[in-house]
Amino acid sequence: MEKTLAELRLLFAHLPAAASRSLLALGLSSRKNLCVHPQASAAAARDSVDTACRRLTASWVRDRAASDPDSTPLCDFFESFDRAAAAGDLASYMPPGVYTLADLRALGRDRGICPYFLARQMVKYANVVVYSYQYLIDPKVASIVSREMQKECVVVFDEAHNIDNVCIEALSVSIRKQTLEGAERNLRRISQEIDRFKATDANRLRAEYNRLVDGLAQRGNLPISDAWLANPALPEDILKEAVPGNIRRAEHFLAVLRRLVRFLDGRLETENVENEMPVAFVASIHSQAGIDQKMLRFCYDRLHSLMLTLEITDTDEFMHIQTICDFATLIGTYTRGFSIIIEPYDERMPDIRDPVIQLSCHDASLAIQPVFERFQTVVITSGTLSPIDLYPRLLNFNPVISRSFTMSLTRDCICPMVLTRGSDQLPVSTKFDMRSDPGVVRNYGRLLLEMASAVPDGIVCFFVSYSYMDGIVNSWNEMGILQDIMQHKLVFIETPDVVETTLALDNYRKACDCGRGAIFFSVARGKVAEGIDFDRHYGRLVIMFGVPFQYTLSRILLARLEYLRETFQIKEGDFLTFDALRQAAQCVGRVIRSKADYGMMIFADKRYSRHDKRSKLPGWILSHLHDAHLNLSTDMALHIAREFLRRMAQPYDKTGSGGNKTLLTEEDLQNMAQDAMEM
Amino acid sequence: MGSMTIGAKYKTTLKDPGTTGVLRMNEDKFTFTPHDPRSAMKLNVDFRSIKGHKFNKVDGSKPAPPLLNLSKDSDKGGGYMFEFDNVTNRDLSRDFVGKQQGTIPPKPNVPPENSVTSTGEEQLSAAEMQRRMKLLQEDSELQKLHMKFVLGNILQESEFWATRKNLLEDEANKGSKQRPGFKSAMLADVRPSADGRTNKVTFSLTTEIIHQIFAEKPAVHRAAEYLLRTKNTVAATAEAAEDEELAIFLKNDDILAKEARLKIKRVDPTLDMEADAGDDYIHLPDHGIIRDGSKETIDNDGELARRTLSQDLNRHAAVVLEGRSSDVELTDTKTVAEAIARSKKEPPSSSISDDTNHERLVKVARMTEIEDLQAPRSLPYAPLCIKDPREYFDSQQANALRSLGGNNDGRHARNCRLSTDDAFDHLLGQISSIKVNGLNYPVIQSDVALKHWAAIQELLQHFWSSYPITTSVLYNKVQRIKDAMTQIYQKLQDIKESAQPDVRHEISQLVKPMTQALDAAFNHDLEQQQKSSKSGNKPNGF
Repeated sequence: MEKTLAELRLLFAHLPAAASRSLLALGLSSRKNLCVHPQASAAAARDSVDTACRRLTASWVRDRAASDPDSTPLCDFFESFDRAAAAGDLASYMPPGVYTLADLRALGRDRGICPYFLARQMVKYANVVVYSYQYLIDPKVASIVSREMQKECVVVFDEAHNIDNVCIEALSVSIRKQTLEGAERNLRRISQEIDRFKATDANRLRAEYNRLVDGLAQRGNLPISDAWLANPALPEDILKEAVPGNIRRAEHFLAVLRRLVRFLDGRLETENVENEMPVAFVASIHSQAGIDQKMLRFCYDRLHSLMLTLEITDTDEFMHIQTICDFATLIGTYTRGFSIIIEPYDERMPDIRDPVIQLSCHDASLAIQPVFERFQTVVITSGTLSPIDLYPRLLNFNPVISRSFTMSLTRDCICPMVLTRGSDQLPVSTKFDMRSDPGVVRNYGRLLLEMASAVPDGIVCFFVSYSYMDGIVNSWNEMGILQDIMQHKLVFIETPDVVETTLALDNYRKACDCGRGAIFFSVARGKVAEGIDFDRHYGRLVIMFGVPFQYTLSRILLARLEYLRETFQIKEGDFLTFDALRQAAQCVGRVIRSKADYGMMIFADKRYSRHDKRSKLPGWILSHLHDAHLNLSTDMALHIAREFLRRMAQPYDKTGSGGNKTLLTEEDLQNMAQDAMEM
Repeated sequence: MGSMTIGAKYKTTLKDPGTTGVLRMNEDKFTFTPHDPRSAMKLNVDFRSIKGHKFNKVDGSKPAPPLLNLSKDSDKGGGYMFEFDNVTNRDLSRDFVGKQQGTIPPKPNVPPENSVTSTGEEQLSAAEMQRRMKLLQEDSELQKLHMKFVLGNILQESEFWATRKNLLEDEANKGSKQRPGFKSAMLADVRPSADGRTNKVTFSLTTEIIHQIFAEKPAVHRAAEYLLRTKNTVAATAEAAEDEELAIFLKNDDILAKEARLKIKRVDPTLDMEADAGDDYIHLPDHGIIRDGSKETIDNDGELARRTLSQDLNRHAAVVLEGRSSDVELTDTKTVAEAIARSKKEPPSSSISDDTNHERLVKVARMTEIEDLQAPRSLPYAPLCIKDPREYFDSQQANALRSLGGNNDGRHARNCRLSTDDAFDHLLGQISSIKVNGLNYPVIQSDVALKHWAAIQELLQHFWSSYPITTSVLYNKVQRIKDAMTQIYQKLQDIKESAQPDVRHEISQLVKPMTQALDAAFNHDLEQQQKSSKSGNKPNGF
């Protein structure tokens, strides 16, 4: 996000002054990234920052502060935001320009105004807004943040190769033992609160009841600081009718939730894997817990209303009961495209009992549909949308324009290779039956070692999964290969911990900058593969160890494959290959970002040499994959690498020749436009 | 001034066992009388013929006897070497000799080269002096030249060094450019050794390794510090790690986490995945899909976060990258621990406000700039600069060599700017070819010629760099250089003429480039003089 905005700023510098003077571009993020309040921003997790913020800015807290200013701390930044908003001169705080998150924070500190709420408000007036696309797809967030967006807005999903996964995740919920225990705690706390209110301020509860009788699940226009994650169901699926009578009273609703939690707890006790459709599940809830579908649908909104009435600020504590209500509302709303899978343990670790109820969405088109309907222009783009015709099927829409652009390179600055054999001519693969073979492990290790000694600066390695990476790195360590590799370069590894990984990346860059050279071990589908560029000397070579297939025995994946086959007529094998290859392409595509850059890509698995796999790679990689590079062994690859690096290290003329210019001038563009017109 | 008498051994060479006798020194001469009256090693030398003196360092590490070398006129080479019974005697006589020459070394145990540095007008810092001394010690050729010209009063100290500024600067930069680091390899190479009889396993740790352990495992470091503080014993690191009482100190995680908090604020925002995670509303606990196989199951049960291999690897690499911040001589565990503690304190606490951090912004700008959208930058070039006389001279040297005979190989043709070393190599090649040709003429002659080579180089370099003559200092310098060159020229002529007829041709071939270069210099000087005399009185008198 910061990168996009910084690039945008560079672009702004080229605009004519009149245009750039009236444009406002900003990034929007969570409180965690934007808060400047010294205490609130110190919290480590996002939810804690949110909660800390609510404690200082919730409407009832501010009401209380008005009567008792000494004992109730408020956030000065929010207060000045509120004054400015009331006076309607927010725009004066934010002159046109490009605001990265860092800029927003700096502005907030400078002017003493809350950058988070300022950004939230200014979204209405901004010409360009950059945010995570969950802010648009996830109904819980979208309905608060993106409500104000106009139909004429142009929505661009960049790096959208995984958009179907984001969509289905937005509508999926899982419930574990801890969730249920937490929910029980939450319910006890809520009932205490209700008792307290009954004793001190019974009118509040009565007022809420009356409001619900009037048919308003939501209070309507909430103050901006009270807004909360909204209903998990999609806007048009939410019932616009009164809350059913039997959950209007707080105590009654609480009893319903208790029964629901107990029911789920019972289902979690199972010894077998169970797979149910939402309809059947709702029916069994109805028969065993006496909760009907309509009550389930209203769970989320009813809880929301109750918590506002009870003036609960520490929302992070109430995460668990929210999850339960999420789940209830979703199963109450949708009958198809979902399944409920109850697993007593993880398939890969059958010894450890870890039961989970998963409501998983199979249909990516559900979540994206509102976006297509709401906005006039939606662009889905990425470097690795391949095969491009599969996306409209997955997302269920008719593309107006579907275009795949080739790369016009000044010189052959990428060098993809398929390595199928080690230096001992034995095949290498991460196929299930081969991956733990010490010969394969050694051959992979030798490959990396040879490359580390030949390639300058940075090398990035991608593995198919964390567990595979851990395993192979441990084996390399035991075989002594890791020590040999470290003779050449420093080694950094991606871990599930984002902080650690971020620091490792930072150090990796430092190591490349200072000339020491480094290797980064990372996993396909990981955060690094998605968001980090390894361009220039930060990545001269990417090695993709294996084909990153999903774990094919996963129940959820199987259920999804079945749904895809039945609904969209997409064959299982096709989808799996497509999914694996887009991840592989995403990984290797990290290595190059401009024509002036150069880098090599090694696909180290014998399966890549097969046409059905290879052909799913994006065109810009395929066009550089020569036939001679399709079936290499380690020593041949090393030879090619040396040749390539020698060629690329030569000084290079950016002006190029003929139509291959690296940088087009205005004149060139006009000529091209003319040619296009003539055609 | 008086005189002094001291027992010493006279040695003709370094390996000579020496003749024992008595060394007597007075104001104008020194004599040596051997104990054995039959010995021919009697000396009676005027101090005026002694141009310098050298002595060796005796620091007890090597069984070297204290020596004093009184060198004669540098042109002829040679000198008188005396060995003393002990350092005190040597220093006494050295000081005496020094007084005679008016150059007393500033402090003992400093080589005499710098005793003359103080004769220049410039005031040198101690560091500068040390650098010069170091260069002289490392390069015997340089030392010879220095002896010859500076001690021979042909060049001034500052003039001599002026042309070697780059050498000095390299020397000066060495320290700041490269810091000692850790080895890239992990600590796996510390293998325990068992004695085979008991269950005891012994790790042998050097201070190097201890330093690395402390840096990588802050907990061990803290534990060791604690031990040092409480028990006042220099406890071994390994012991600290095993001690169960200290287990509380060995939780790396909180220390590392604290460090990570600080560091993450300084991370390039385009890399900041933690910030991205803050945007991620889907991965709230229990939202989204957890077991669809695309993600790994992660044990987030909050159980003891074990330091896995990958975390260790990251930590190790980070430490290696940070390098060693202190170049304190590491002797034992205690100093190591303290050194690290000191370096930890250094980072300033001003890292709180990250937005104003200029460095971060610069980083972002650099990362977002897309290379191929930039206008083509002009290729880097090295501007020609006559100001650097050395380079200019070197390039001229190559041209002079090229004109020499038809045996130029391809290397010369390609490389039009040969360094002095290349030229020297060429000359060596020529000499050896003479030798190989089976000439029975004593090759000493050619070696002598070779000796002059470096001297001529140095003189010419100074000569050319002095033009145009604008100040009287330069004028004097040129005069001095010219005199020296005339001497050498004469010597070269002597060599040529003294050569036997059958090899005279080769010898003259050998000497030719030198004499040519000298001739060119003389001619130039002559022209300049004529010009200045023609133009009459110049305002500044030259």
